[in-house]
Amino acid sequence: MLFAGNKVNEVAPLKESAQPSNVVEPPTGAQKKHEPPAEKRRWQIFFTVPLATATALALHWLASRQEPPGETHLYTYLLSGLLVVSIVAVALQSLWSSDWMRGACPLIAAAVLFLAGWEMATSGFRWLPMPYFPGPAAVLQSLVTDRDILFDSTCHSLLLLLCGYALGVAVGLFSGVCIGWSRQVRYWGMPLLKIVGPIPATAWIPLAMVLSPSAMVSAMALIALAVWFPVTMLTASGVSNTRAAYLDVARTLGAGRAFLIFRVAIPAALPSIFIGLFMGLGASFLTLVVAETVGVKSGLGWYVSWAQGWAEYRKVYAALLIMAAFFSTIMTALFKVRDRVLVWQKGVIKW
Amino acid sequence: MVAVSENTVATEGASLRVKDVTKVFAARDSTAERMLALDAMSFAVAPGELVSIIGPSGCGKSTLLRLIGGLDFPTSGELYVGTEAITGPSSERGLVFQDPCLFPWLTVRRNIQAGLVALGVLREKRSEVNYFLRLVGLEGFADVYPHHLSGGMAQRVALARALITHPKILLLDEPLGALDAFTRMRMQDEVLDLWQARLTTTLLVTHDIDEAIYMSRRILIMTPRPGRVERSIEVDLPRPRDRSSAEFLDLRSEILKLFTSPVS
Repeated sequence: MLFAGNKVNEVAPLKESAQPSNVVEPPTGAQKKHEPPAEKRRWQIFFTVPLATATALALHWLASRQEPPGETHLYTYLLSGLLVVSIVAVALQSLWSSDWMRGACPLIAAAVLFLAGWEMATSGFRWLPMPYFPGPAAVLQSLVTDRDILFDSTCHSLLLLLCGYALGVAVGLFSGVCIGWSRQVRYWGMPLLKIVGPIPATAWIPLAMVLSPSAMVSAMALIALAVWFPVTMLTASGVSNTRAAYLDVARTLGAGRAFLIFRVAIPAALPSIFIGLFMGLGASFLTLVVAETVGVKSGLGWYVSWAQGWAEYRKVYAALLIMAAFFSTIMTALFKVRDRVLVWQKGVIKW
Repeated sequence: MVAVSENTVATEGASLRVKDVTKVFAARDSTAERMLALDAMSFAVAPGELVSIIGPSGCGKSTLLRLIGGLDFPTSGELYVGTEAITGPSSERGLVFQDPCLFPWLTVRRNIQAGLVALGVLREKRSEVNYFLRLVGLEGFADVYPHHLSGGMAQRVALARALITHPKILLLDEPLGALDAFTRMRMQDEVLDLWQARLTTTLLVTHDIDEAIYMSRRILIMTPRPGRVERSIEVDLPRPRDRSSAEFLDLRSEILKLFTSPVS
């Protein structure tokens, strides 16, 4: 996707410069899709996936000859399925293909080759010590056999994360706007923020365990605390750095304080606020996993430490895979929200 | 001196009176001198009049406009709109800067209606928004964000935004200063059209002598440090004015002489 996107962007400015009056035209919203030039559309690129998959299958067959077949048949099915799909894609590419597929092919092929390499290093040649480094087939197997408990853990993690994050964002936005707007609040609030804020939220765990009635509540509070600091900091700096001219203009239009805060200062601070939201999200992932590992008796973090306790490292990797998908989905969702809210910035800054 | 004689439209504007206004900026630190930006400045503008203020950089033109706009307060002296003293910013006095200062997070339409939202009268006066969009010729751009606009278009939006609350006085701080020569001449006519349609009392700060002669009924010449009104020059040329007529050029060289020869 990214691969193809870059190429499209390289072509775009050349075409645009043909029309000098691009400023005066009202923009049509969606940008026109420029076709990449013919020489860039290499049909060979579609062969990378079936080739890589066939290689992986062959290596898997060699590596798993001494293993019980039940352990690994899911991995075989997965690779075979991918092989069939990719062969069909190659066959159909002259009829129908999209930029997305063309862009994704090298990445998919690389991922499959990585799996093959991983399998060779683990169950193939056993270069890596066995219980700690299972092969992809074993991880996939655990992913499927433990699907119920993994799903349950993911739901618990999601609930805890969303509650903590929402709480932290709400409090952070409120305190950030107060500190950024009012000189008095800044005088008293900023030192507190500067001293308390940088303490990693996880360092409060001993205190949180003593103070709160349940591990769930204390974990939520810790996540909120981790989110609160960057959100407050960036909101405050965004609000206090609002261009004075915007405020002056609004005043001469008859604006009162509510208009100045909610319709000038906060919108002007939104780019900065979103940086805070992203930093807070990263901090919340970290705090979530740590809190679940040490206190909370559910969630993905708990599952990882539980699996580790039984030395079932294949399950650890399965949970890590889920976490990767889970966290990156949430991150992508926040990016989408930003793209919507800050649509007015498009063209002003590079995204 | 009566501006209304120039046009039969009833004026929406009010008179403006600046009386012995002095503005001193406090020293940044103990070693620096206090800066006397305006020194006992006095002048009056009749309702509906378009008056230009020209003067070199740093003569306190922008400070004066901020004082009239209510964004800053004089060290001493008084400012009146009609009979009311100016105590703070108000939608009665619209202000347009050299930088159009459009809110980048709002579309053209929402920028224009910001004043109505601020006053809480958007619901009753929504039709005004379309009227002003048409007036400044930007109907096709209502839903466009400001960074898509050219400099001239952005400045027209800023004008519409300042005019929508029907100010009694329009303060223009070099509004066309950042535009290229051709756009600037076209915009001068547009500003004149806007002014003639409503006869809002207008105070135009500019660097450009041609612009001042072309547009205004009266020109105030300011001298710097301390800022004060040096002279007031009536411009009695018929409109539309011809930038290359003999009278125009005579007036131009007369004003130019004031700036080039040392003031005695």
